[in-house]
Amino acid sequence: MALTNETIKARLTEKFGDQLSHVEEPYGMLTFEAPKELNLKVLNFLYDDEELKFRFLTDLTAVHYPDKKGRELAVVYHLHNMTDNIRIRFKVFTDISQPDIYTATGLFSAANWMERETYDFFGINFVGHPNLKRILNVEEMDYFPLRKEFPLEDQTRIDKDDEMFGRG
Amino acid sequence: MGSDFLKFLNCPLEKLSNYQIELIMSEHHIKLPEGSIEKTTTTLNLGPTHPATHGVMQNILELDGERIVSTEQTIGYIHRAFEKLAERRPLAQITTLTDRLNYCSSPLNNMGWHLTCEKLLGVKTPKRVDYLRVIIMELARISDHLICNSIVGVDAGAYTGFLYVMQYRELIYEIYEEVCGARLTTNIGRIGGFERNFNDIAFQKLEKFLREYPKVLKEFENLFQRNRIFMERTMGTGAISAERALNYGFTGPNLRAAGVDYDVRVHAPYSSYEDFQFNIPVGTTGDNYDRWLVREKEMWESLSIIEQAYRKVQDLKGAEAEVYHADVPEYYLPPKADVYTKMEALIWHFKIIMGETEIPAGEVYNSIEAGNGELGFYLISDGGRTPYRLHFRRPCFVYYQAYEELIKGSMLSDAIMTMSSLNLIAGELDA
Amino acid sequence: MARPVSYNLIKKPLEGDISLVEMPDGSMGEGFFATSLDKVIGLARKNSIWPLPFATSCCGIEFMATMGSHYDLGRFGAERVGFSPRQCDLLMVMGTIAKKMGPVVKQVYLQMAEPRWVMAVGACASSGGIFDTYSVLQGIDQVVPVDVYVPGCPPRPEAIIDGVLRIQDLVGKESLRRRNGEHYKALLESYGIQ
Repeated sequence: MALTNETIKARLTEKFGDQLSHVEEPYGMLTFEAPKELNLKVLNFLYDDEELKFRFLTDLTAVHYPDKKGRELAVVYHLHNMTDNIRIRFKVFTDISQPDIYTATGLFSAANWMERETYDFFGINFVGHPNLKRILNVEEMDYFPLRKEFPLEDQTRIDKDDEMFGRG
Repeated sequence: MGSDFLKFLNCPLEKLSNYQIELIMSEHHIKLPEGSIEKTTTTLNLGPTHPATHGVMQNILELDGERIVSTEQTIGYIHRAFEKLAERRPLAQITTLTDRLNYCSSPLNNMGWHLTCEKLLGVKTPKRVDYLRVIIMELARISDHLICNSIVGVDAGAYTGFLYVMQYRELIYEIYEEVCGARLTTNIGRIGGFERNFNDIAFQKLEKFLREYPKVLKEFENLFQRNRIFMERTMGTGAISAERALNYGFTGPNLRAAGVDYDVRVHAPYSSYEDFQFNIPVGTTGDNYDRWLVREKEMWESLSIIEQAYRKVQDLKGAEAEVYHADVPEYYLPPKADVYTKMEALIWHFKIIMGETEIPAGEVYNSIEAGNGELGFYLISDGGRTPYRLHFRRPCFVYYQAYEELIKGSMLSDAIMTMSSLNLIAGELDA
Repeated sequence: MARPVSYNLIKKPLEGDISLVEMPDGSMGEGFFATSLDKVIGLARKNSIWPLPFATSCCGIEFMATMGSHYDLGRFGAERVGFSPRQCDLLMVMGTIAKKMGPVVKQVYLQMAEPRWVMAVGACASSGGIFDTYSVLQGIDQVVPVDVYVPGCPPRPEAIIDGVLRIQDLVGKESLRRRNGEHYKALLESYGIQ
């Protein structure tokens, strides 16, 4: 029997019950959320289970929602079951004051740099990561640029004429 | 390793290199006190500017003689903050950013982005648009693989192949120019189709390409495929097994060289790829030679896909043969002549430019088979003009992590060959 | 739909089959030609520039196309590209330079021996291009003095060749005493280069 979103939902609720929330299917991809302490348990379950077999980490990234107090940073995992050709999206939310998430590098070596990039852009501390340093930005940078409060442009420029950009 | 150990038994310990000593010690579980063997590895900076012109990435290698013991990688020398920039631009303007991801094959990235937008907005494109897109995408794939394969040759010392194929890349550029006006960073296509119909000159150039290119590809193949020097340089170096490759998130030709036949065009067909007949070349060992061969064979497959698509385009008759974009006035700018004369066209033009059109809120992940693997776009829209968050899943970034594992224990020249056969494009690495 | 074609309206008369470099003014005689030293040196230097392609991104691919046989840069004397700054005259910076890369550009520039010229190819090297972000250096003239800027994103190979031709003009007309003069020293001081 082919694996469908309903089967996956059933298996997940049977294992984790009501700890999963916000189960929806935007554009056909099953998306659900779990508390951040359980992220490794969910990933391991999706990896080891003989029927689910989500053994390929497609993507790991984060999103910043400054309006949701207490749940500002979301880490999003995209997993792929190549044999049955199903994708799944899994989110964990964390508070911005203490953004600690367990690392997935033990399970997927691909998560190594993806978590470093997420740390670089959003400041999420991945607990247990072998080498959590900035990867794309300069090492000395002291803020996390992709958070919504920081601007895109370099603020230290003196030669830009604001009049020409409509901001004068 | 057992027979080597017997050889070493008769050899005084000073004559062995540190690397060999450590191998023997680890194999036979011998422990010497800390600091009794000096760490005499050389540090070599394969710095951001290096003659193997692959773009800017740095590897600080620890060498034991010629053998590489470890490497420390630094990237980010061309970090241009695409993801933050994308939060500032409406959907149609992000195409120019996607051009500059894998700049050897910009049309692939552009089409991937348009497909993502169309998935979010729920736009269905007509068949002719799909077939024309397939032609452009496969041309871009050929262009990307040509650069990669010829640069592998240049790094092995054979410069001639590169010059032969650059001539045909120029012809591909001319075809792009007929459609969109630009050679390299094409910004080709719009949400729903193309900005203008392919004119006769574009089709004539395409026919010229289809006529003349197979001979050149055969000649290029003859230079390298059974060339003894090239085979000795590339076989057995930079190998990776399929399990490790999957764990590292490899996709594209690098994964197919390791033995896994995963191709997004077959697994999740987009833009009418299901109408085409093509094979997916798969390697066995995942070493440099397999990666070169997989790319070479993929170019032949791409050529066959372009021929099939061209025939399908010519077979379309009547009204279908003139359409070059979907009928979505909310997202596709109306022709300028209509804007100056008709009322609705003026209103749509205004709404699109000022960003008053309805963009549904939601999140979508779409991926295509780019030159290097699965290029994914994770787009979260909050209903506004610009995306709330756009993340590019860049294949180069994901598989470059495995570089340390690929070159550990091999020689310096093999490290260079591995780097070039992985097809690392700095724009895609850093975004 | 026919494509509108534009014609080249300024016709230059072709003197024979080969176009040669123009001879500098001087006095000619039986078996000798006397002219000033800086003209001869300028002529020799400008037709044998050794470029250092500092290719970072998309403009680097257009440079590869320029060096290919279709747009051949070699016919202007710039055939031998080197990657060692010690051996090269012209630093062609092609592509976006991020703030992380700025010190590297400066280091490469410092390692070049006088006389050296710098060409910024592309919009990103000239002024930051479309990337007005926190991580991109808004033009390499923030770190090194630049002689010629070639705009374009990426510039067509013809434009890159035009840039090289202008560099050749600069090289040919340069006075031999320029590098030791006050003006040049002040220029380097303003970049913090000794």
